[in-house]
Amino acid sequence: MSTDRLAAAVAAGVLGSEERFRELLRSVVEVARAIFAAKASSILLLDEEANELVFEAVVGEGEESLLGKRFPAGSGVAGWVLATRTPLVLEDVERDPRFAKDVAQDSGYVPRGLMAVPLLHDERALGVLEVLDRQARFTLHEMELLGLFASQAAIALDLLQRARLAETVLAGEEEGVGALARLAAALDGLDEEKRPGAAKLLAALDEVLRG
Amino acid sequence: MSELPAWSLPAGAADQIALESAWPAEVTRDWAWGGATGGGVRVCILDSGVELDHPLVGRVDSSVLVAAGEDGEPVVTEDAEGDVCGHGTACAGIVRSLAPDCEIHSVRVLGPGYTGSGKILLAGLRYAIEQGFDVVNMSLSTTKKDYAAVLHELADSAYFQRTVLVASAHNMPVESYPWRFSSVISVGSHEEEDPLALYYNPNPPVEFFARGVDVEVAWLAGETLRCSGNSFATPHISALCTLVRSKHPELTPFQLKSVLHLVSSNVGGRR
Repeated sequence: MSTDRLAAAVAAGVLGSEERFRELLRSVVEVARAIFAAKASSILLLDEEANELVFEAVVGEGEESLLGKRFPAGSGVAGWVLATRTPLVLEDVERDPRFAKDVAQDSGYVPRGLMAVPLLHDERALGVLEVLDRQARFTLHEMELLGLFASQAAIALDLLQRARLAETVLAGEEEGVGALARLAAALDGLDEEKRPGAAKLLAALDEVLRG
Repeated sequence: MSELPAWSLPAGAADQIALESAWPAEVTRDWAWGGATGGGVRVCILDSGVELDHPLVGRVDSSVLVAAGEDGEPVVTEDAEGDVCGHGTACAGIVRSLAPDCEIHSVRVLGPGYTGSGKILLAGLRYAIEQGFDVVNMSLSTTKKDYAAVLHELADSAYFQRTVLVASAHNMPVESYPWRFSSVISVGSHEEEDPLALYYNPNPPVEFFARGVDVEVAWLAGETLRCSGNSFATPHISALCTLVRSKHPELTPFQLKSVLHLVSSNVGGRR
């Protein structure tokens, strides 16, 4: 493997991947918005420690003000969808005074219609995908479509969480994965003469660890 | 003798289990719930709470909250909060619209610190079964496999003590519980507007389809919203169970499910 390719592989594995996964999340909500001809679409990620939902990706109305906004995960429509693992489709949602007040404060935009679906990966609920103010009348077919999008978004969210965990580990750990990453970086920096020996050593290490 | 479990039927004992009510040759909707209003039936809404004094819900006979206590274990307390989402109120309103005289009891399992660990849901269901409610509406599910076995036992206990569990089927292709258990009545949606249109599904695990699209429901602050999802189809079936139970209190959950099958719109229904 050339130095460039190794560097690219390491970088793709961990460093900078958060940004890529964010792009993936954004693309999921962009497609969701286009397919449903909706005014906005967003992905909310559950922060388990804080027990809050965070807007991780937003397109359309409220895009600038909502990104990064947090709210309690134990109440409201998104909270219910997350806790019960069950999708919901609501019309006339502006009549819900608390919902209307909360979203108006955050984005200045109060939707009339809302579809919300849990993002499930294995046994965990990672967050919620929302589609606001779609144009067509709701049918059960749309619910299926929304479910398909949710599966894709859940995979992207899972990757984002893994990337964040990896970066945290690499930044903070002296041993284990952190040490391995530094070894990879050192190998990457070796000149041509020393590379074969180092590669041999790593191959032996690989045999011991995995054998 | 009567307090011992009925493991077997000794010779000459058949008279002791003779059933008073004979089913007609043709079970019709009129026989099943004609004239019934749900009086005397205790319905539990296991959900986000139920708003007090909502015009479409009326009287709420009791409200409790199931939440994590100081040691992290679930604790049941009186609940004065009402509804923290609107969904429980919606379900209660649907039940009330079809069964105006039933009792409505709220068991809230959504609150601070709960994001669906399954533990609270389980504790809420256990509480509902201990209370001996006649019908429990569960428009929710858990994906935690660890809880499946205990949930299964609870669902069976309910079935044997004549507490009917009515649970939403999942709209997405994921494994979740308790709707998949055969001891509960599982519900999906159809797109018709008739609140009494009811379909038996010959291809389970989803057993029945009820109205679940564009349903006008009660919501927070005395309002109404139009909603869609299996979680709104479920209380339609809960309400029908309530009506049947108020007219035929002797029926077991097995018999009740049989009645629903016989009066389904695609079986013998609409009479």
